[in-house]
Amino acid sequence: MCSLAFFPPPLSPGKITLCETNNELVSTESCQKQDYGPLSLYFPRESLKPHSRTENSSKAAFLQHSETLWIRSATSWREAGLTGLLEEIVNSSTEAPKWLSVSSGCVLALLQRVSSLHGALFPHLKLSSENMIAEFSQVLNWSDCAVRAFAWHPHTEKFAVALLDDSIKIYNPKSATPPTLKHRLQRSVASVQWKPLCASALAVACQTCLLVWHVDPCSLSIRPSSGCAQVLSHPGHSPVTSIAWSPSGSLLVSASPVDTSMMVWDVAAESSVPLQRVGGGGVSFLSWSPDGSHVLAATPAPLFRVWETRMWTCERWPSLKGRCESGCWSPDGSRLLFTIQGEAVIYSLTFSDTTGTMKGSKAAAVVADLSETTFTTPAGDIIVGGEVQLLAWDPRGERLAVLLKGDSEAAARPAMIAVFKTRNDPIFELLPCGFIQGEPGAEPRLMQFSPNFPHGAMLTVCWSNGRITHVPFYFLSAGVPHLGLNGSPAMPQPEERLVDHGNSTLFTELCS
Amino acid sequence: MSINLSQKLPVNAFETKPFARDSTKRSMLDKHSLATLTHGNPHDKKVVCWRAAASIAWAVLLLPPVTALFVVLSRVSLFHPIEWITECLSILTSASTMFSFVLLCGVVVVVGFFNLEYYTVTPSIACSKIALLAQLLHPRQCLHAVVHCIMGVIVAWCCAFTIGPRYQNLASVCTLVDGDPQLCLNEYHLVLILFGAFVGYSHSLFGVMHNMNYVPFHAVQQYKYLRFKGNLPLVVKCSAIQSLYFTRNFLAVYFFLGYIPRSWLCDTLSLHSLNPLDSIAGLLDLAMLYHLWISGTFLLLTWYLTVLLFRVFVTEVYNFPVQSAFTEQADRCLPKVLPGQQPMVLKFLALQDLALLSQHAPSRRAQVFSLSQPGGHPHNWNALSSECLSLLADLTQRLVAHHETVAINGRAKLHSAGSDKKSVSSDSSGLSATQDISTPRSAFLRSAGAAAPMSPNTGPFTSDLDSPFSSRALRRLAPHLVPSSPWSETVQSPHLLRRGPQLWSASTEREISSSFLSFFSVPNSPVQVKHFLGRRVLVMYLFNKLPEASSQALFADSQSHIWALEGLSHLVAASFTEDKFGVVQTTLPSILGSMLVLQEAVDRHFKLPHASSKPLRSACSMGDCTSKTLRFALRATLKTAIYRITTTFGHHLNAIKMSAEHRKRLQQFLEYKE
Repeated sequence: MCSLAFFPPPLSPGKITLCETNNELVSTESCQKQDYGPLSLYFPRESLKPHSRTENSSKAAFLQHSETLWIRSATSWREAGLTGLLEEIVNSSTEAPKWLSVSSGCVLALLQRVSSLHGALFPHLKLSSENMIAEFSQVLNWSDCAVRAFAWHPHTEKFAVALLDDSIKIYNPKSATPPTLKHRLQRSVASVQWKPLCASALAVACQTCLLVWHVDPCSLSIRPSSGCAQVLSHPGHSPVTSIAWSPSGSLLVSASPVDTSMMVWDVAAESSVPLQRVGGGGVSFLSWSPDGSHVLAATPAPLFRVWETRMWTCERWPSLKGRCESGCWSPDGSRLLFTIQGEAVIYSLTFSDTTGTMKGSKAAAVVADLSETTFTTPAGDIIVGGEVQLLAWDPRGERLAVLLKGDSEAAARPAMIAVFKTRNDPIFELLPCGFIQGEPGAEPRLMQFSPNFPHGAMLTVCWSNGRITHVPFYFLSAGVPHLGLNGSPAMPQPEERLVDHGNSTLFTELCS
Repeated sequence: MSINLSQKLPVNAFETKPFARDSTKRSMLDKHSLATLTHGNPHDKKVVCWRAAASIAWAVLLLPPVTALFVVLSRVSLFHPIEWITECLSILTSASTMFSFVLLCGVVVVVGFFNLEYYTVTPSIACSKIALLAQLLHPRQCLHAVVHCIMGVIVAWCCAFTIGPRYQNLASVCTLVDGDPQLCLNEYHLVLILFGAFVGYSHSLFGVMHNMNYVPFHAVQQYKYLRFKGNLPLVVKCSAIQSLYFTRNFLAVYFFLGYIPRSWLCDTLSLHSLNPLDSIAGLLDLAMLYHLWISGTFLLLTWYLTVLLFRVFVTEVYNFPVQSAFTEQADRCLPKVLPGQQPMVLKFLALQDLALLSQHAPSRRAQVFSLSQPGGHPHNWNALSSECLSLLADLTQRLVAHHETVAINGRAKLHSAGSDKKSVSSDSSGLSATQDISTPRSAFLRSAGAAAPMSPNTGPFTSDLDSPFSSRALRRLAPHLVPSSPWSETVQSPHLLRRGPQLWSASTEREISSSFLSFFSVPNSPVQVKHFLGRRVLVMYLFNKLPEASSQALFADSQSHIWALEGLSHLVAASFTEDKFGVVQTTLPSILGSMLVLQEAVDRHFKLPHASSKPLRSACSMGDCTSKTLRFALRATLKTAIYRITTTFGHHLNAIKMSAEHRKRLQQFLEYKE
């Protein structure tokens, strides 16, 4: 088992990790000689204005309450449902008949009692929707982060960045001006993801709904109209905190921590199938395995599920300590790594799926120990370790990046990205690689591996100061695993392996 | 049974040689399709029947809990809970309840049987009001309505029996003013029975309007129980809401027309009527409203459950073997079933199975790529790919034809603008002139449509490309609508006759000239003009095409194309690593070619007006919403399918022979610019 104690100490403060060459993370200029360099971006926090007002706050300021009780009741019924209606009647007890206000007061009290019981069972339901997104988003400290979501296109060199001001920008190295996507319903973006096997579709998880933008890659328009966006919504299914496209590009799943069912969308037909399992009180995080055979669905309760995608049945994994915070799949979909809130370890589960029924390990194994470790640097001691915010595995299965939460209060315990070298074959192994350091004072908030980097792997990191940088890892891969582009599970037969090896050069060229 | 099954299938749905079609053949297909379609494999047909039987059995099994729930809810009295429960228990165990329960089982079986008889996997889309009307007046539909009416009456009678003494009997003893006890009409009973009939009829009517007999297939596979469980809340909600609407409509109807059945009953049975209910005060009896609503909900719930179970069972994945070692099973294999002439649902099941095996089953894929043992021919792959390709070619052809008719029509509008001035004043040819002026578009569409391959759902009542008059059933109907017009003799404008003479085979040269003359004759009197205009409004209303209906109708069976595209693209992508003998390589150029051609046709189609407008989403209905969005799903699937192939093969595709235009288009895909 690998632990942080084996890691080389972080670079001295002031140095910025630029790349990995010859098996070590370096900060010198030696990396710049490589020709491949996508845009580094900078979004200063000050330049972005968040939406400070909420939907309802302006109502009281402008509307005079001169309508009759019945009109107000109808409005509140439309806006806030049954509870809103009852509250309105109770609040205006002078106008309403006595029996009505008394009875609605009783019903309201009963409803509140029931919902508080429900809230006691699932404490996350008491959070406001903004706080809920902040709690369950994959971004560290989501609410005041300039970059709220980031997504590489799975096939090309473009990426989408969702910003604090609820706009999304799409950067393409070939075009100078990035298109900006804005929509009335695009509020509090928790996640964005490009549709695989498609050039244009981008799914956005918003506070009230799900948007699917169709951004024509050939269009020169800087502000695509909101007519380019499809709105997918389902009553009770908001806020949406996590989305995942199937690798074959046909389905989209979305999850909301308040909705016990996760939605499987047929986006073109705008129809959805709810898959409901009551336990857990909601679904907070989704991850589709690269071969398309499984979906990880974490709940706000200490329980997560792994769905197989053929008949959509699920395995329950009740974990004891806390909820599943993050997870990632190996490129061939056979191994799932996940972390648990309150525990400083990485667990691993294996799946060997060829027939549609799930078989695999009966219990999760601990593969890495991330407990706090003190490193001595020239500037002083740094404590690294603790809970994990986010896991990311590169598409070749050779590097695993782990975003450690750290402690925002203590200067000596910064959030940190630790990178492991991984090997899946013949036995699963994690080896220490190093820490990634940004500018002084900047903490990593979000990271993602580029899906097609020709010379190894490339990690894109969004920092707390609004900078987005790319850290390439140059290495020669030993054996390139099959990229699950076609959604078919990799076959376990030995001759298939041979075929794969034979095609390995072809695939790297394909990716470039 | 098997003949009936095939009867409702759309004509020439899966014609495999689209280029060989002509108008004469089309007109004959109506007769021949029935004969050819019955040659399916008997085993496979049994599959559907067994599934329907299982669904009916489950519906019957679900009846006791639903009935018990109904009894409990219908007798609800919050203030006497103990009485309420004991009463319910005594009712549930009584012999009369058993009898009505048997009746209800019979109703469910009949409804289930009608589901089996009337279901379709390609929705029929009415292109105009008149087509919808014709659908409603079709004898088959009338039978459906009448039977459902009767079933509704039976269910309502059972409800009346269980709800309580207030509704139980048609006649009751009452005391008139003079003191003699006499037999009076119990109008509550009558109202409930009539309500049952009304709901039954409305159900049948709504079934046509919302395509309730359409069986949609889902993109997500689930086990039957889970699918049923997932849909159950929706069905309950739907039946409650629908019942509310039906109750409202029924009350309106009864308020105005309620006296007719009442007085008739009073006369024939010589009963007295006290306190007629068809007044506002009489109808606003809360207890009665509640009972009507709950009875309607119960009725709709049992029927919707039957429909739901039927859909769940029929659309379940069926595993066809790819190849079999035994000759007696050879007919059941996928390569044989797929191109076969058979009930459409089997073709859909086969295509669904193909799409799934191409994604999820490596071992079955290996069988597809395998070679035949003596001879070494890739028979499996050839059969599957050629069938899929012919499906795609069929759709392409259909789209191109539609586009051409629209294009011709655009030109014709310009052309006929000049002749309008002449013909505006003409009247003697009545409707034919009207038709020419008001909807020149439909005339041309019709003529071109006759030569073009029609969409699969162009059964007699849903012509898609054109005015409804191209179908025989409507021509039959036309004289009823406008009896005085010479419409049926001098059928069409000269343009039409020139363009599509085969369709109107009765017309000879002389008729052409005579109609041509009558076309330009002068109106005799202002009265006629007025008459003509008055008719015109009605005609315009009835014959105006519903927007986007033609587009929906074109893509009505596109679920099959979606599966064909998915199956082909996944198989091709898998062949990159799994195809040891290179069987796929030989067909790769034609696959790519047909996909690109289809892509072009679809792109052109979406540039037409109304084609890309999204339908309104109905919040709660048992009808289908998916059929209206199939064209969008097809477009997305097509793009994804091409991308799947280009992403897997990459620059190797440059080695494939294809035309320069296709190569250019493919290059767009390779660079992710589509």
